[in-house]
Amino acid sequence: MKYLENRKYVIKGIYLLVGIVFALRLFYIQVIDRSYKQAAETNAIKAIVQYPFRGLIYDRKGQLLVQNTPVYDLMVIPKDVKDLDTLRLSQLVKLPLEDVRERLKKARAFSYVQPSPFYQKLSTREFAYIQDNLIDFPGFYINARTARGYPHQSLAHALGYIAEISPKQLDDSTYRGYRPGDYIGKSGIELEYEQYLMGQRGVKYKMVNVRGVEKGSFRDGTYDTLAVAGENLISTIDLDLQAYGEYLMNGAKGSVVAIEPATGEVLAYVSSPFYDPNLFTGKEYGKNYMALLNEPNKTMFNRPIMASSNPPGSIFKLAQALIALQEGVITPNTGYPCNQSLVKCSHAHQAPTNLEVAIKTSCNPYFYQVFRATINQGKSKNTFKDTAIGLADWREQITTFGFGTKLGIDLPNEKSGIIASPTMYNKIYGENRWKFSTIYSLSIGQGELGVTPLQMANFMAIMANRGYYVAPHVIRSIGENGKPLPQYQKRHYTSIDAKHFKPVVDGMAAVVESGTGRNASLAKLGIAVCGKTGTAQNPQGKDHAVFVAFAPKDNPKIAIAVYVENAGFGAQSAAPIAGLMIEKYLTDSVSRKPMEQWVLSRKYLEID
Amino acid sequence: MGVEQKVLGNRLVSPTTVRRSSRLITPHLDWVTVLLYFLLVALGWMNIYAAVYSPDNVINIFSMDINSGKQLAWIGASFLLIIVLLVVDHKVYEHLAYPIYGFIILLLLVTLVVAKPIAGSRSWLDLGAGIRLQPAELAKFATALAASRFLSTINLRQQNFKDQMILAAITLVPPLIIILQNETGSALVFAAFVLAYFREGMSPLILIIGGSAAAVFILTLLVPKLYLIAGITILMALATWLDYRLLRRFKVIIALWGVVVAMIFSVDFFVNDVLQPHQQNRIKALINPEADPLGFGWNVTQSKIAIGSGGLWGKGFLEGTQTKFDFVPEQSTDFIFCTIGEEHGWIGSTILIGLFLLLLTRIVNIAERQKSVFGRTYGYCVASIIFFHFLVNVGMTIGLAPVVGIPLPFFSYGGSSLWSFTILLFILLAIDANRAKELAR
Repeated sequence: MKYLENRKYVIKGIYLLVGIVFALRLFYIQVIDRSYKQAAETNAIKAIVQYPFRGLIYDRKGQLLVQNTPVYDLMVIPKDVKDLDTLRLSQLVKLPLEDVRERLKKARAFSYVQPSPFYQKLSTREFAYIQDNLIDFPGFYINARTARGYPHQSLAHALGYIAEISPKQLDDSTYRGYRPGDYIGKSGIELEYEQYLMGQRGVKYKMVNVRGVEKGSFRDGTYDTLAVAGENLISTIDLDLQAYGEYLMNGAKGSVVAIEPATGEVLAYVSSPFYDPNLFTGKEYGKNYMALLNEPNKTMFNRPIMASSNPPGSIFKLAQALIALQEGVITPNTGYPCNQSLVKCSHAHQAPTNLEVAIKTSCNPYFYQVFRATINQGKSKNTFKDTAIGLADWREQITTFGFGTKLGIDLPNEKSGIIASPTMYNKIYGENRWKFSTIYSLSIGQGELGVTPLQMANFMAIMANRGYYVAPHVIRSIGENGKPLPQYQKRHYTSIDAKHFKPVVDGMAAVVESGTGRNASLAKLGIAVCGKTGTAQNPQGKDHAVFVAFAPKDNPKIAIAVYVENAGFGAQSAAPIAGLMIEKYLTDSVSRKPMEQWVLSRKYLEID
Repeated sequence: MGVEQKVLGNRLVSPTTVRRSSRLITPHLDWVTVLLYFLLVALGWMNIYAAVYSPDNVINIFSMDINSGKQLAWIGASFLLIIVLLVVDHKVYEHLAYPIYGFIILLLLVTLVVAKPIAGSRSWLDLGAGIRLQPAELAKFATALAASRFLSTINLRQQNFKDQMILAAITLVPPLIIILQNETGSALVFAAFVLAYFREGMSPLILIIGGSAAAVFILTLLVPKLYLIAGITILMALATWLDYRLLRRFKVIIALWGVVVAMIFSVDFFVNDVLQPHQQNRIKALINPEADPLGFGWNVTQSKIAIGSGGLWGKGFLEGTQTKFDFVPEQSTDFIFCTIGEEHGWIGSTILIGLFLLLLTRIVNIAERQKSVFGRTYGYCVASIIFFHFLVNVGMTIGLAPVVGIPLPFFSYGGSSLWSFTILLFILLAIDANRAKELAR
């Protein structure tokens, strides 16, 4: 019997063993392994993002360009829906019965207890109507949030728009901190200044139960942070000038870019055809976007910075003259005969006995000679090699004007354009297989050149400044009393000495006074406008009209480039538009109504 | 010894002694056990409140709308029950063991027929007025009584096959009916009787074979089969090499090896083809809860997260986020241990484990000091049942045992469970108190 009694020790031993195993196991999962603590936190604590107000955007005179407007979403919590009259609901939201059922199904599939949007972006009118009737629909409520709004219809291309962040962006580490459903700048200023506009998000930590239902704040909100509103931006754009530019360009295709020369501030940024930015804010956003994207006139194409394949035409002669002066291969008094055997001249004109006359008459043979003097300086005995050396030197100088490079405007998708180079010709013709007779069309701004309208306007800012530019930009101040970004606070000097500008600028004044640019003249108002017409050859159809200008001649306030597609000579379309814009900006009014009428008639599109 | 006991018993049954003795029973109660009982019940009650506590809708711990309030009512009722158990002549339990057992078997069968299924189980008897009874809980003490009574009349060591079969029948009939009620968890508890029978002379082989079979089963699930077979082969070869006498039983060893290997290969068949899907999932959850954390692994994963997040000292009373916000299912009943683990940490958990070990050894000591086989066997049955519940319940919450829906004794919410364990324990205490009183005389 005694040995049976000893079995109690076996049994007690088993108890003790189990107790020790349990205690050790508990020590492991409670004290050693930290992963359970983390799992518990993600389990029970939900971070709720507090969205700050997105920064507003003002124009240079303080007019609102972009504001936040309340939008209303009809939300539903399926759990709370009781005795739903689907037919009445469908009448209330003006949706087909099928659609209403489908939306309810979707909401239920998302979550039974959490709210989901039933019908988004109600207009204020719809909101008022639905709100009054909502009392009969338990489980439905209105959620107010803010969307972008525009008290005008202008500047869509530069402003850009915001939309829900894409799945691809969410995967990108650059966009860490964004969550699905967040709105983010997709183009224009909204994209470029996203980090300033978005502000700082706040976080509220809420404790949630297993079904995600909130159960009060975590540690009484010790770890919560407040949302900080986004920075307001002050644009360089003059909304009135912008709207007037769009008014003038309405119905035509092309660009108008106006810059304040001293600062590089973009005053007007017209890409035509244009669209009302409000189209991208409402319920119909997706539909409108697709319609514009597929439209044959390429409305979404941001012409001022993306139309980079077109040659600049005759306006390039100004740069050729400056480089030749700098190289010392001509003087302001150099004269060449208008020898049409070299290159044709579009019209009969007075003999180009000096640079000023040559610019005024835009004489092609003259600039052929000027360019040849620049390129073939006899630095090598071999004419092929000499041309290559000359072109490389020339290219180095012309790029200091901002041609062939991105100017660095604060808008996305800027193109650099094309400037011919020895490498390029070597590729086309082979090394030492090309010489001046191959490349001479560069002299008059044709051939292997591509210049954006922004680069043209910047070129005029250089002319106005007599030798430098500040990178063009559309935001002059981050915050109400801030500064532009640092890269917009420094001057870029060209390779040309300031003294060489005078003869060229004189020529430009003559162009407007008595040459091809007379349609841009503001002589009656006592304003000296300096300009240059151009025609960009277009292999696909009618040539594009170009006019660039700055004014006043002394102490210039505005530099402008007007580019009208398929409008032929710059004199008939682009020059009047530039003139009207300059007048509008400098005098705040337009006196030359007949000229305005002519532009609006679009008759210039019919002239051959 | 049996004869001696009977003589003693006959003397006690006389009416005059009963009246005199019942007044004097309390001084002889084992107050340490009673204290442990009250401690566990009170701690359980507070933890039930913590488990159902919701910070945005704070309800008084005494409110009858929540489990803690109801549990308090059950606790109150248990005290009445205790008084009744102590007042009733302790001899009744031995004499009425079979009738009680029969009545409970009948009740189980009735339940099987009339009960409405609750969560797939037809084990609840509706008594009306919102009170439900689970006869499976009462079957434990009834079986313990009947088995003890039977053992007091036979000698298990003499290996009388007929008697052994009767004992097996007494032990296995209730769990079979309970399995039919779809309460497999409660049925498993009856395996605990093996420990008590072991003390009374059952061959240790059964215990060893049973334990080894369970170990092989669990290992097969956790370790690749080939490794396991290789390991067992090496182990057996090593044993034979160490003790050359085993070589004489070479055939037996080879046969044993064959049985183990066959068992290893039949585990898959058993799990996939014999067990029901929900039971399969519980096995899978034990092996790898992360495989489907929102599905079958949910209970185990959430339970481990709750306990694991408690740390050394715990988050404090009513501060547990996992249990409070319903991440852990069945938190006031089967998963009540999570609340202790989360809110009172390793220290609290270990103290609770210590309390259970204290109670269990105390019960074993009480059992050992009984003069009657009936009393001793019954004591061991009580200890074994409590131990099995403790083993499986705590084991499942920390991922060491499959999820089997059985409560933590005295702790989990539920009247049937509390009553069942109260009856179990206090019948033993009544028997013990009378023994002590006899001695004192």
